[in-house]
This record gives sequence, structure tokens and C-alpha cells, in this order.
Amino acid sequence: MTFKMRHSLALSALVCVGLSLATAADAKTFKWANSGDVSSMDPYARNETFLLTFTSNIYDPLVRRDKDLKLEPALAVKWGQTDPTTWFFDLRQGVKFSDGTPFTAADVVFSLNRANGPGSNLGGNFVSVKEIKKINDHRVEVITKYPDPLLADKWAAIAMMSKAWAEKNNAVNSADMTKNEENFATRNAMGTGAFMLKERRAGERTVLVPNPGWWDKAQHNLTEVIFTPVANPATRVAAIKAGDIDMMYEVPPADTESLKREANVQVIEGPETRVVFLGFDQERPELLESNVKGKNPFKDKKVREAIHRSIDVDAIKRTVMRGQSFPTNLMVAPGINGYTKDLDKRPALLKPEEAKKMLADAGYPNGFEVGMDCPNDRYVNDEKICQAVVAMLARIGIKVNLLAQTRSKYFAKILRKGDYKPGDTSFYMLGWSPAATYDVHNVFEQLIQTPSAQTKKGLFNAGGYSNPAVDKLADAMEQETDKAKRDAMIKDATKLYVDDFAYIPLHQQAVVWAARKNIELVQLADNSFPLRFVQVK
Amino acid sequence: MATGAAFSGWLHRAADSDIWWSFKSSPMTIAAATATFLIVAVAFLSPVLAPHTPFDPATLNLSDGLKPPVLLSADGDWRFPLGTDDQGRDILSSIMYGTRLSLLVGLASVVVAMALGIVLGLLSGYLGGTVDAVIMRVADVQLTFPAILVALLIDGVVRGLISVKRHDEIAVFVIVGAIGLSFWVQYARTVRGSVMVEKNKEYVQAARVIGLSPLLIMVRHVLPNVTGPVLVIATINLGLAIITEATLSFLGVGLPSTQPSLGTLIRLGNEVLQSGDWWITVFPGATLAALVLAVNLLGDWLRDALNPKLR
Repeated sequence: MTFKMRHSLALSALVCVGLSLATAADAKTFKWANSGDVSSMDPYARNETFLLTFTSNIYDPLVRRDKDLKLEPALAVKWGQTDPTTWFFDLRQGVKFSDGTPFTAADVVFSLNRANGPGSNLGGNFVSVKEIKKINDHRVEVITKYPDPLLADKWAAIAMMSKAWAEKNNAVNSADMTKNEENFATRNAMGTGAFMLKERRAGERTVLVPNPGWWDKAQHNLTEVIFTPVANPATRVAAIKAGDIDMMYEVPPADTESLKREANVQVIEGPETRVVFLGFDQERPELLESNVKGKNPFKDKKVREAIHRSIDVDAIKRTVMRGQSFPTNLMVAPGINGYTKDLDKRPALLKPEEAKKMLADAGYPNGFEVGMDCPNDRYVNDEKICQAVVAMLARIGIKVNLLAQTRSKYFAKILRKGDYKPGDTSFYMLGWSPAATYDVHNVFEQLIQTPSAQTKKGLFNAGGYSNPAVDKLADAMEQETDKAKRDAMIKDATKLYVDDFAYIPLHQQAVVWAARKNIELVQLADNSFPLRFVQVK
Repeated sequence: MATGAAFSGWLHRAADSDIWWSFKSSPMTIAAATATFLIVAVAFLSPVLAPHTPFDPATLNLSDGLKPPVLLSADGDWRFPLGTDDQGRDILSSIMYGTRLSLLVGLASVVVAMALGIVLGLLSGYLGGTVDAVIMRVADVQLTFPAILVALLIDGVVRGLISVKRHDEIAVFVIVGAIGLSFWVQYARTVRGSVMVEKNKEYVQAARVIGLSPLLIMVRHVLPNVTGPVLVIATINLGLAIITEATLSFLGVGLPSTQPSLGTLIRLGNEVLQSGDWWITVFPGATLAALVLAVNLLGDWLRDALNPKLR
């Protein structure tokens, strides 16, 4: 009796151990960290790669990009044009949102209008759209004002939300982050995607769990994903060395070498399609943050040229970026359709005296003072690059007062408002990757064309550079189908903005991620990180 | 002539005093005093002595970035004896300017804490009753929080109230206020204790009898008799205040990188420590350690010399 009892006790203890072992082996928690937090859970809150890619784990688009950035069916199984100005999308049947409600054409119409509506930052993808129509529960048609062959590409980043959920929670419109607004969708999310939002503590941690009812076959094997923002790079590096996190997004260049020597860590590198650049306020008659009153020095091409030619990007590459950048003079990177290699030459650097003389000729013999906005957790070494620029400009007599802030505050300050009013900045840093279409037209439309609430172009042209000749060429290239003619237009337009010193392109940064050796993941060239490809071994 | 005689008389008295004797007979104290004097002198003469002005961006050159210290590497450059950081700032000059700022913040916050503590302690001890109860309960509550937390709280509230840009401009005042407000309790309690002892002594009663106002009695008669302990606390707290400032700056809530104190320099260097550029953080760290150690040794000595009973 006693023996039997003891025996069964031991047996049940064994069973318990076995069970707990089994769950431990099956639990695939994936912990990852980045320098800054996702600004919002609302997929339309900001046209920023990190936010779009993070929310795409919870929300699916109509068509999505595969590992090679090619379009593949997601919530739409078939799409195309019935005539030059009509697009159709046939929706996947039987898809359910993670709260169990079915996904239908009404949700698509609602989502697209929301993405094009007040508060959304994605309106730039709807420039050509005239009308979005529900034909039946599984078909949506879009009428465009003019032929738009790139519409499906543009919309690959637009997530589909639930109409009922948004209406129930009073989140029919996106909260306008340029006005620091918030609503239910800022901190909550519910989509059809591979993951569901389990916990959201802004600035602390965000927890995702797989969506058991996802329509697609999961390629990941995760049971839980924990994302934490860790601002200090040294802490992030120490955490991955110690195994406290499984993956770090954006490794500081200074730490790449030491991480490569680590036995349990893999470093994943690739060039990025993003160009990091500096922009000027060329719109206001008087700068917001400057001691020059009554005129705007940045309206003068000579001043822009003097600044452009005083910034030594090669020195920035050597010290600040530790070799991990690709200096450029264009607003698009190699690999993007429309990159013109023979125009990608930076003009010769000026000696400080020469630059000072140029400024004196423009009417600023003693230089001037100007405020500069810079993020400190968005691009690789962003604040340090800005500090280096401050020093380079100090030598030619321009006193720059740098304000480096965390990304959410910085974007809210510098970006154009929802009504296309200019951003509250005089001189700023920004990065751009035409990830919506991988075509240079996106850069012209969003960054270079004259901003206007009527045409809906130039939404990210924060400083308001405007050249009617460029506008005309950009409009023409949007509809041109003859490749040779289109390439000629691109070349002309590129030459125009380069000669105008419209922006100061600095470099493409290298994308460097690090992960523990037991992690398998896919790094996309636009620096987006889809969790649906992650495997924990 | 008369003043000369008075001065030499004062000098003789000072040379004969117990304090001087105890100073003379402690080599450790002499070393600490010399070190403190040297650091303070170099720090306050930094505009003259420093080889570079590292926070004037016009003098920086990125191509001077990340030079290692001269004696430890062949890549060193004699213009930058302790090396440079990734923006080409000279570490030696940064340390000199940074030490000056750290000392200024430390001294100023000690003065703020001392002033606040003395006033509240005097009021509390002399008036007693409700005033005493209220001040001392506030002090008790504050003592339950570490000073660094109080300073973080004050700094955080100020940050919430004003913009980043404005904050960078007044960062020094904010941090002095934050540290001052978190260290007043010790002074107040010490002063209150001494006042309670002194106020019942005959000379105070005599002053009261001849009709002096309470304010005059507190300032003219009681205060001079409590300065000894207050000075001891001030010296010891100077080290603490410097460390607190460094901690806050290290956490990124203290002084901005445009006007770095020693703590800010250590933080900036710490970010690249893992990649092998150790000199950016180690030299400011060693300077901070030397400064605080020297000041603390002086404080210990002063406490022993002024209050031999504690030995």
C-alpha cells in the first residue's frame, strides 16, 4: 500500500515534470528591442517604415510583399485593371478578424477611406483616387482620375481594419499625431493578421501572440513576441550578448565589430533603400527659428549651396558611421527604379573661407543663427550626424542650435500638418525610402513636388521646396508608359532638384541587425522586419 | 600697520589652533587637500589652461575623431593627450570644462540645500510647536525616499512643464534646484537639534530678557553656534552632490551634451565602451572618482577636527 502510493506519487511527479518540460520546449518567446518605441498602434498614424512594419504583424494589407519585395496575394486574391482608370480587388473568402467577425468589402472601403481621411498620414497614396466602390461582399473597385499603374504597389503598405471595431470604439478617424491626438486605436489593435496585440504599454513593452484563426499558414513558430524599446545602445548590446533579448533592430555602427566576434550572436547586414538627408524651410517668408528677420536665408540658392558644400559626408562616414554608410547626392538609392548613377556625384567641398565668401555674397557676411531639428532614435546615429553638421557649419559662421528629440516628438514637430501647412522647423533631418512603390516617382510626389492640399502632393516636403518645372515633369512621369521617355523625364527632373540644392542628401545607411544564433529571420531591403518569417530554433 | 598686526595675530592664532595641528599631523588630509586644490584650480582656470574649447563647434574637426590617448597608442596625437571622442572633441579639455561644471553644480546645490536647511531648522528649533511638527514631518517623509529619486522627480516635473529646448537652456538651474531640494533635510535636522540645545542656554535667555526680536536672536546668537556641524555636513555633502549630479547626467536627465558635466561625459563614453573606445569614459570617470574621494576625505577630517568626541 505504502509502496504503491509512493510509486504513484513518484509517477505523477514525473508526469508533472514531463508536462512542464513539454510546455517549456514549445514556448517560443521572441524578445526584440529597438532604440525607440513604435509611435502608435494605429497603422495610418504615420508613414514611417518602423510603424508600418510593426502594425503589419497585426493588420494585413490587400496585397503584401514577399521576401523579395514582390507583390503577393494577402486579403485580396486577385487584382488588376479592367480599364486604364478602374482597378478591381477580389477579396479572399472566409477571412475573419481576430475578434471573430468576418472580413468583407465594407471593411476595405472603410479602411481605404480612413487611410485617406483626416488624421491619417497615408493620404499621399491616394493622390490618383477618385472613388472607392463596394461591388459586392468580395469585390471592391477603385476609379482613378487618370491611369495609375502603381496603385496596387502603393497600397501594399495599407492595412485593413475592421469597420465595426473602429465604429464601436470611436476610432473611425485616425488620431492626428501632428496635433498629439490619441484615440482607442492608438493603444489598441485588432486585425486579421498573423499576430494579435496582447499588451501595449507605450514606451515600455508591447506583447504580441499568434492569431490562431489567421487565414494563412504560419511560417513562424512563435508563441509570444515581446518588443521593448531600449534607448541606450550599450544596454541593447549588453542585452543581446547576455541573451536577454533575441534580436536587436538597428545595431549602432560602433558595436558591429564587437558583436561579430560574439559566438552566440549573428550580425545581419545589407544596404538600405533609405536616403538620409537634410532639408530647409524654403517656404516661410521668415524662418521660425533664426536671428535673420524679414527674410528667409534658405530661399537663396547660394546659401543652400554654401551649406551643402560645407558638409563633409565622407568624414561623417569615417568617424560617426564607422564606414557603414554610402554617401550620395541623390534622393533615391541604387536599386530603386529611376536612380540615375551619372548624376550621383557630390559637388566639391568648399574651404571655410570660400563658403564664408559665398554667404557674404548672399548678404550674410557674419553668417546667421538657425535652429535645427533632429531625431535621436530614428536613423542610425542621427543625433551624432547632426552634431557633426553643427560643427561643420560653425566653421563657416552659421550657428546652429540643435534640438534632438525622440522620434514621436520630433516627427510631430517637423512634418507637414494634415492640412498641408508647413512643419514647424527651419532646418531638419529626415530619411526616406520609396518603399510603397520602389520607384523614384514616389520620392518626387512625396518629397519634391510643391505641397498642396488640392493636388495632395508633397506631403513630406516639410520645408516646401517648389519648382514648377520639376512639378510638371513629375506629373508627366506618373502616367508615362514609354520607358525611354520616362527615364529622360526622370533624368531632367533629377538634374533640376540637384542643381537647385533642394535638399542635402547625406547617405544611405547600412541596415545592421543582430540576433542570437538560434533565430532565423528575413531582412528586407527597406529595413522592414516582418515577424511572420521568424523561427526560434 | 594696525591691520598688519591684526593679521599676523590672526595668523599666529590659526597656526596655534587645534584644527591646523590636526591638519598638519595627517598626511592623508594634506594629500586630499592638495588634490582638491589642484582639481579645483585646474577646473576653474580651464578657459586659460585647456588646450581646446571643445564645446565651440567651430573648432571641431571630424577628422580628429576617435584618436586614442597619446602614451598608449601609436595612433595618438600630441594635440590630444587623452584622445578624442567621435566628434573630434579633446577629452582632456572636455574633462577640465566638465569638472568645472560639476563643481559649480555641486557647490551651488550645497548652498541651496544649506540655506534652505538652516532656515527651516532655525524656525523649527526656535519656534517649536506646530511649525516644528510640520517641518519635521515633511523632513521625515522626504528621508524615506533616496535623494536621487527626489531629484529625479523634481527634474521630471520640470521637464513635463517646459519644452526640451527651454529645458536645455535652464538645465543647470533645474539640476541645482533638484539636488538642493533633495538634500536640505540633514541640515534642517542638525540645525534644529543644535538650536534646541542652544535656545535654553543663559545667553539666549539674556538676549530675550533685554527684548531682542526672535529673528535677531536666531541670526545673531543662535546661528553662529550651529555653524560647525553645518560646515561638516556641507563638506561631506559636496561629494554627494557631485555624485548625484553625475548620476542624473549619466541617466540622461541631467546636463545636456552641449554643456557636459563629468556625468554627461561618462554617459557619452559609455555608449561606445563596448566597441573598444574606452578612453572616452574612463578618464572622466577617474577624475570624478578622484575629486569625490578627495572632497570626502577632507570632510571626514573636518568632522573629526571640529568634533573630537566623535573619534
